[in-house]
Amino acid sequence: MKPYYSKEVIKRFTNPKNFGEIKNADGVGRVGNPRCGDIMKLYIKVGKKGIIKDIKFHTLGCAAAIATSDMACDLVKGKNVKEALKLDYEKIVKALGDLPPIKIHCSILAREGLKAAVENYEKRKKK
Amino acid sequence: MKKIKKKIYLDYSATTPVDLRVVRAMLPYLSEKFGNTMSLHYFGQEAKQALEESRELLADLIGAKPNEIIFTSSATESNNLALKGIALASLGNPAFAKASAGKHIIISQIEHPCIMESAKWLEDQGFEITRLPVDKYGLINSNDVKKAITKKTILVSIIHASNEIGTIEPIKEIGRICREKGVYFHTDAAQSFGKIPIDVNKMNIDLLTASSHKMYGPKGVGLLFIREGVKIEPILHGGGQETGLRSSTVNIPAIVGFAQTGKICQKEMEKEGRRLKKLRDKLIKGVLNKIPDSYLNGPPSLPGSFGEASHSEKRLPNNANFWFKGVEGESIIVKLDLMGIAASTGSACSSTKLEPSHVLLAIGLKDEQAHGSLRLSLGRWTKDSDVDYLLKVLPGIIQRLREISGKL
Repeated sequence: MKPYYSKEVIKRFTNPKNFGEIKNADGVGRVGNPRCGDIMKLYIKVGKKGIIKDIKFHTLGCAAAIATSDMACDLVKGKNVKEALKLDYEKIVKALGDLPPIKIHCSILAREGLKAAVENYEKRKKK
Repeated sequence: MKKIKKKIYLDYSATTPVDLRVVRAMLPYLSEKFGNTMSLHYFGQEAKQALEESRELLADLIGAKPNEIIFTSSATESNNLALKGIALASLGNPAFAKASAGKHIIISQIEHPCIMESAKWLEDQGFEITRLPVDKYGLINSNDVKKAITKKTILVSIIHASNEIGTIEPIKEIGRICREKGVYFHTDAAQSFGKIPIDVNKMNIDLLTASSHKMYGPKGVGLLFIREGVKIEPILHGGGQETGLRSSTVNIPAIVGFAQTGKICQKEMEKEGRRLKKLRDKLIKGVLNKIPDSYLNGPPSLPGSFGEASHSEKRLPNNANFWFKGVEGESIIVKLDLMGIAASTGSACSSTKLEPSHVLLAIGLKDEQAHGSLRLSLGRWTKDSDVDYLLKVLPGIIQRLREISGKL
């Protein structure tokens, strides 16, 4: 029988590399709702040519929510913001080994968080 | 991943290991004494005798007569039978001949899902359901029961002790009210049977549910006490076992185990209750003292823990339930599991749901507070050192998760 959480999920949950806050972030996204139990805040620092130089998160949520937050950060770090927006949840799930079906929405949350942070960055840029 | 040798079980409200004394009593009934209770031959009669002796023993624990106990497969089945069986019987009752009469059932907002869902199903069939609120400790006000009973009411079903927050309801008082009003009273005692005293006569209980696997007996067997004279219809039809109320070949090994564990629980109840209360209070005090922004759900068991009087007698001896600010319950469970401690959020059943526990919402917790909850339930093999270990690792876990969640 497969364990409930993959090794990668447990690893990321136990030792997330990307949690924390970026002071003077160029974009901040906040998603989730208390009803479902997961809230995520994503900070991005964007360099020349729209490259995501740094990305960090705060996540109040289950093990899967924390692991997907951490993985999403790794998957888009160093990429252009437009490219980063193409990240779909299936890619996050695959990178994590797998997720229990009921936890798939966590990976969608990470994607939404990223989208919100990039939108926030673009809005600020226009000003 | 580092393997942790420690294995500490603090989830006795989900299920319990079978006591070896119980296993020993069951063993002969799996092999040499395998008969079907409906058979007339020696093997059948041997099984039948074990069945009736088990019935007498369990009836005796709650002051019931043997013919008032029927065996089922689980507390879920007993609760389904109680609600649906009484509802079905009322349809055929001439006193409720009018279409709208006799179709009202009262439950509480903190029932186990098998009551909540059975009531919901009956509601879909045209029954009227009242779901009584509870106070911040999870207590039902017996006056609310009195006020909710109408001429149409056929049944009041209130949980004896909450599986999530351990609140012990004033069922003696509720039973008295139901008796005065001439309404049947059912209580789901799955978490209290074998742990705290129950007397169906003193408490005016008409129907009572109990489960073996919550009290060191095997899974797959429960019971329903049905007071003599109560009109109830079966929901399983067939060979007519259990006086026609529950057809199915009777699960003798499990029933023998149920009776054996009942006997042991009864004998050890007082001493074990005292021991567990002491451990529980040490645990609660430790958690609240060591972890900032931690709160107890359910009745306070220690004087002054909220600057209020102790309600120790209103809390199951083995239950502790907390919520922690800025942390999600599932992540606590996974962390604890990695450290060798088995615990649970609201209840085991809720692990497939994402909605916050209906019980925690009913006591007034907000969504995010309910999501940050942890249930620790103690039992026969919980040692003082287990509580020490929990108190050693939990503060660090909460602190770490709060770092990850930031100030969300």
